[in-house]
Amino acid sequence: MGMTMTQKILAAHAGLDKVEAGQLILVNLDLVLGNDITSPVAIKAFKNMGKETVFDKEKVTMVMDHFAPNKDIKAAQQCMMCRDFCGDQSITNFYDVGQMGIEHALLPEKGLVVSGDAVIGADSHTCTYGALGAFSTGVGSTDMACGMAIGKAWFKVPSAIKFDLKGKLNKYVSGKDVILHIIGMIGVDGALYKSMEFVGEGLSSLSMADRLCMANMAIEAGAKNGIFAVDDITKAYVKEHSDREPVVYQADADAVYEKTYVIDLSEIKHTVSFPHLPENTHTTDEIGEIKIQQVVIGSCTNGRLEDLKAAAEIMQGKKVAKGVRCIVIPATQKIYLEAMEAGYLKTFIECGAVVSTPTCGPCLGGHMGILAEGERAVATTNRNFLGRMGHVTSEIYLASPEVAAASAVTGKISAPEEVL
Amino acid sequence: MKFTGKVIKYGDNIDTDVIIPARYLNTSDHKELASHCMEDIDTTFVSRVQKGDIMVGGWNFGCGSSREHAPIAIKASGISLVIAKSFARIFYRNAINIGLAIVESEKAAEAIQEGNTITADLDNGILHNETTGEDYQVEPFPAFIQTIIENGGLVESIKNGSIQ
Repeated sequence: MGMTMTQKILAAHAGLDKVEAGQLILVNLDLVLGNDITSPVAIKAFKNMGKETVFDKEKVTMVMDHFAPNKDIKAAQQCMMCRDFCGDQSITNFYDVGQMGIEHALLPEKGLVVSGDAVIGADSHTCTYGALGAFSTGVGSTDMACGMAIGKAWFKVPSAIKFDLKGKLNKYVSGKDVILHIIGMIGVDGALYKSMEFVGEGLSSLSMADRLCMANMAIEAGAKNGIFAVDDITKAYVKEHSDREPVVYQADADAVYEKTYVIDLSEIKHTVSFPHLPENTHTTDEIGEIKIQQVVIGSCTNGRLEDLKAAAEIMQGKKVAKGVRCIVIPATQKIYLEAMEAGYLKTFIECGAVVSTPTCGPCLGGHMGILAEGERAVATTNRNFLGRMGHVTSEIYLASPEVAAASAVTGKISAPEEVL
Repeated sequence: MKFTGKVIKYGDNIDTDVIIPARYLNTSDHKELASHCMEDIDTTFVSRVQKGDIMVGGWNFGCGSSREHAPIAIKASGISLVIAKSFARIFYRNAINIGLAIVESEKAAEAIQEGNTITADLDNGILHNETTGEDYQVEPFPAFIQTIIENGGLVESIKNGSIQ
């Protein structure tokens, strides 16, 4: 019986020739991540463990992105606690305001994760790096503390679901539509405890931004991790961003998958998740008029340069509809700068949108765009749970940057074709 | 491990944003987190929860964010045990790591009703419903996880060298 991509990476990092689904193992980690919300809890746990120093100061990273730039005094205290700890521990990869970006956009950009790595992060969207052919998964703060202390984490080896991608995406359809379609199909616990492995000839039409977006939302189907087969696009990306050598793991020909879905990318339509679960998907051709008051374009899911480019191309020369607040958040400083140089930020501002410094901000109802009672937002973020972006009666509709941009112009949930 | 408590019951897909909304994550103080536990779906929870009460949920309990603040808020509010049809994986490991007892049982989570009194004997894998007289068999934890729980969580397990 062969192993999946995920199982091969886990076996290699546990010093084992072979692992099987259900086996409990201790895994050696290549990177341990935390942010300004989860790290303070981890730092306290780390100190309680009686450890003096982290296992490897190059392999622990903290990114101040959730409530940073500090939204209030308590948030400032939390960032200070992280800053002091990283200073004391001489942690190399500490990212504060000025260098920071949204963690899951920042780490691949900085080359901190390469194919074949095993990564944990005290943030559920740590599964993003599966796009690079790495095993990466979200954990809690105590696991992060354990990772910082001994460089290991315990795992139950997951079984897997295979997504065999075929064909090519249509214009103005992107990775976000694909992953929302998949979550709509399998449900928010459709991949609970499992790996989602993405393979097939269709991969060649998916950019790294598409893949990072799709792996990012594996957790929204309950998955332990999402992972993409490594191809030339992955290798080129890793080479551009990191000096480290990637290690490519392929699933065995006789690897066991609980289920295989064949997905024809050319059949994917603009997909929107209605409140209050990501699985409540509808395509834009089957919804009536849903008026909105806010649009958020950004987040670890869709704040990359390709996302901003797609939105800017749709909004170019148009105006944000009266009564709509459109908030654009480049995910990292580098993306911000590149979007400025490419003229996208000028386009947004001329349209009547605002452009924010990188932050997770409104995605989790932190700051920079909280919704009032009964308000509706179209967001390129990843969760539309009750009250997540503000008041408990507000509503979040998850969509691609293309749909979000079109919706900002029309003031209602719209397909890009409506404004082009 | 044995617990007896009154049941507070919720539905499917109870996510960590409703267990503890992100607007309160600017602190990691256990009492403060507990004071806002469940407030977006149940404004009465904080005032009616009694020490030792048992929370029951449906499928995919604890889905969403990795915030450990969620099981911390539940534990600090006085809840002794969470029973659900299934748990989201990060919540599941966080609960084990911080020492919040959890049990996965479709049958029990379906049958047990709000206000029932439950005695849970986790060593023998039996949940007894004092209100209805029913018993529900549950799966014991795997040995590795049992070790973490017996050591009082992951921090203690590292501290005493049982995990290296």
